[in-house]
Amino acid sequence: MAKVTVDGIDVEVPNGSNVLQACEAAGVEIPRFCYHDRLSVAGNCRMCLVEIEKTPPKPFASCAYPVADGMVVHTDTPMVRAARRGVMEFLLINHPLDCPICDQGGECDLQDQAVGYGTDHSRYAENKRAVKDKDLGPLVKTVMTRCIHCTRCIRFSTEIAGVSELGATARGESMEVGTYVAKALSSELSGNLIDICPVGALTSKPYAFVARPWELKKTDSVDVLDAVGAAIRVDSRGTEVLRVLPRINEDVNEEWLADKSRFSVDGLKRRRLDSCWVRRDGALQRASWPEAFAAIETKLRCVDGRRIGALAGNLSDAESMLALKDLFTALGSANLDCRQDGAHADAGRRDFYTFNTSIAGIEAADALLIVGANPRREAPLLNARIRKRWLQGGFPIALIGADADLTYGFDHIGDGPETIAALLGGRQAFSDVMRVAKQPMLILGQGALARPDGADVLAACWQLAAATGMLSPQWHGFNVLHTAAARVGALDLGFLPGRGGKSLGQMLDGGVDVLWLLGADEFDTAAIGRDTFVVYQGSHGDCGAARADVILPGAAYTEKNGTYVNTEGRVQLGALAVYPPGEAREDWKILRAFSAYVGRTLPYDDIAALRARLERVNPVFARIDILPRFGCADTTGPAGDPGRMRGAAFAPWIDNYYQTDPISRASPTMAECTRVHAPAPAQAAE
Amino acid sequence: MAFLDRTARGLLMGELLSGMALTFSYLFKRKATINYPYEKGPISPRFKGEHALRRYPNGEERCIACKLCEAICPAQAITIEAEPRDDGSRRTTRYDIDMTKCIYCGLCEEACPVDAIVEGPNFEFATETREELLYDKKKLLENGDRWEPELARRLEMDAPYR
Repeated sequence: MAKVTVDGIDVEVPNGSNVLQACEAAGVEIPRFCYHDRLSVAGNCRMCLVEIEKTPPKPFASCAYPVADGMVVHTDTPMVRAARRGVMEFLLINHPLDCPICDQGGECDLQDQAVGYGTDHSRYAENKRAVKDKDLGPLVKTVMTRCIHCTRCIRFSTEIAGVSELGATARGESMEVGTYVAKALSSELSGNLIDICPVGALTSKPYAFVARPWELKKTDSVDVLDAVGAAIRVDSRGTEVLRVLPRINEDVNEEWLADKSRFSVDGLKRRRLDSCWVRRDGALQRASWPEAFAAIETKLRCVDGRRIGALAGNLSDAESMLALKDLFTALGSANLDCRQDGAHADAGRRDFYTFNTSIAGIEAADALLIVGANPRREAPLLNARIRKRWLQGGFPIALIGADADLTYGFDHIGDGPETIAALLGGRQAFSDVMRVAKQPMLILGQGALARPDGADVLAACWQLAAATGMLSPQWHGFNVLHTAAARVGALDLGFLPGRGGKSLGQMLDGGVDVLWLLGADEFDTAAIGRDTFVVYQGSHGDCGAARADVILPGAAYTEKNGTYVNTEGRVQLGALAVYPPGEAREDWKILRAFSAYVGRTLPYDDIAALRARLERVNPVFARIDILPRFGCADTTGPAGDPGRMRGAAFAPWIDNYYQTDPISRASPTMAECTRVHAPAPAQAAE
Repeated sequence: MAFLDRTARGLLMGELLSGMALTFSYLFKRKATINYPYEKGPISPRFKGEHALRRYPNGEERCIACKLCEAICPAQAITIEAEPRDDGSRRTTRYDIDMTKCIYCGLCEEACPVDAIVEGPNFEFATETREELLYDKKKLLENGDRWEPELARRLEMDAPYR
């Protein structure tokens, strides 16, 4: 630790810190453009100048100057102030003063710091530089004349996103940032460029000119479009969600957000179900709530409780799933399933289906085996964490499954279960790597579990984990990577076929006469029996609603207070930002109202009582935002026989990253991304 | 003595006559009233009357949807919505002023970086219904077109003091 005095305040900072960090520790604000605490230091904006005693009498760039013990720093001397004013004047030489038409206006670092640290006028009267705008694809809009060459975007794409697509050409005043060859950014994290750009050079294309930051209502919530559960801030105006930004959550998303989560918001106002629909004479017709309830009740009255089933969707909140489960239990049905994809899950123990190492825990691992997953497509933020660990070195990575373009180096050691068998038998070189590693980890993707032999693959991977030292009282290296935000919550609630209950496949094969879909659209709805009466409760008119006989309009994730459990098993609360459109209601309220209609009133009247019930069903729901790290004391594995694994290779799980759920399928922005980025075979198949 | 004096003045109607004399003297002074609505009093270039949205001489509307007027309006009378126009420029799709909310403070005019929204010299825009006072973009642009010569002249006259 080094003792540093900043403006008379004594602080201790770790050796190797820079002066800027010491100033922050002392609570002194240092203006900066190029410095970003998650990126490498560039030191080229020169805005963070400070004065340091017992050094040559000149200002130092604090971001690039290491601390020393006993250093005395001054941040508010006449020299520092004059230097900052000078730097600001230089920066503004070529910056166009087009703040009124700039989307960054109101949340612009340059605006704020020009007011705080600049002068009130410029002495520059010559012509300003003009730069041609670059086309970076459908998400990021560029106005390169505004660029101040901080190179944050270049460092972000190279270091965090892992795609070396942005760079600078020429130098001095002629320097231009861009892709060397004109192309759309191929990263799933490209939206973060908008956040890190300190000026309005990179802004959001779908959000262009839509609103000013001061008009927006900001609601802290949690993302549900993948299973990572990133912390988000939902910005809304009136009844409309206008944009989604990441919040800082060091344990999950740091301060990044994946593109699908950020840009799917325009899907929240399209293809919405805003009133009840009932199928009469073969066609869906608008109906009122009582009419819709009556239609369902009439059907239920003549059906045995064991002949009704419920399916939970990938975006459902835990509250509505619990209400649905309680309702069906009351109706005498155990036909519940949350696995639309047919993925095997052993809910016997929580660590059989969660990401036990935790996302932040990846940074402590020293070897990684990925089985049947493509983290880059299934969980881009988790992939960024793996890359962060990989960049630190000493992190061998191997992949079993379809070859993929991940953003780090890895060995593709096999395509299917035979490689797991080889690793178990010690016939694969990577098993020695894992044995030598002190804290190895394994990521098991849904591509390896959604197969007929999913249980056997799960058991084999657990055995492999146990055999290679991944399971110890101090370390848990066995991880299941989910892609559905509702899945872990559903498994925690036991939203699975109960005693004598039917699974999804059995329900579809004529096992039920009434099927209740809670936002379930990700399975082949054509496989539902012709005579099955389908109730669809959800927010979007997707394939589930098209097949339904009764549609109950529900709320999307920005329109309800819901509990979600991410792939780590972290319980997080989403918040209501805007009210649901039209007649739509929060899902658990619909179920509560329907339960009263059929005379099986659920025992909760408000969200607090429902959450109390959640906690009684599974105590993990009381632990909000906190995820204690457990080792693995009991290495008894899940049921399954590794010997029964079949030879077929693991199929890629997500073909098109940009459209995986009803919200992103309704989003024009995501459709445009699909057009630009989706691989050609996927388009040909559609 | 004083009693006699007062009585004599009263009998001779002194106060009345001096009052009549004052009234009579105004017959030869300049008139204080004007024949409104055929005549109107002079108003300052800074007079804050009815709003107008101006255009550039080439016909392009000035407003760029920066929303500073909306932000500064103390009565929250202005509502703006914007999106990129077909040529990619930033324009409003909606620019509404609720003239019944407006307190005619002129802050919108001061906030505008392109002199688009201005308060003109017109103060005769009383309407028969309240709805007619909810101005939309079309109405404001029409106002601008109608008053442009005077608006430009007023801005020019006030420019040295800004």
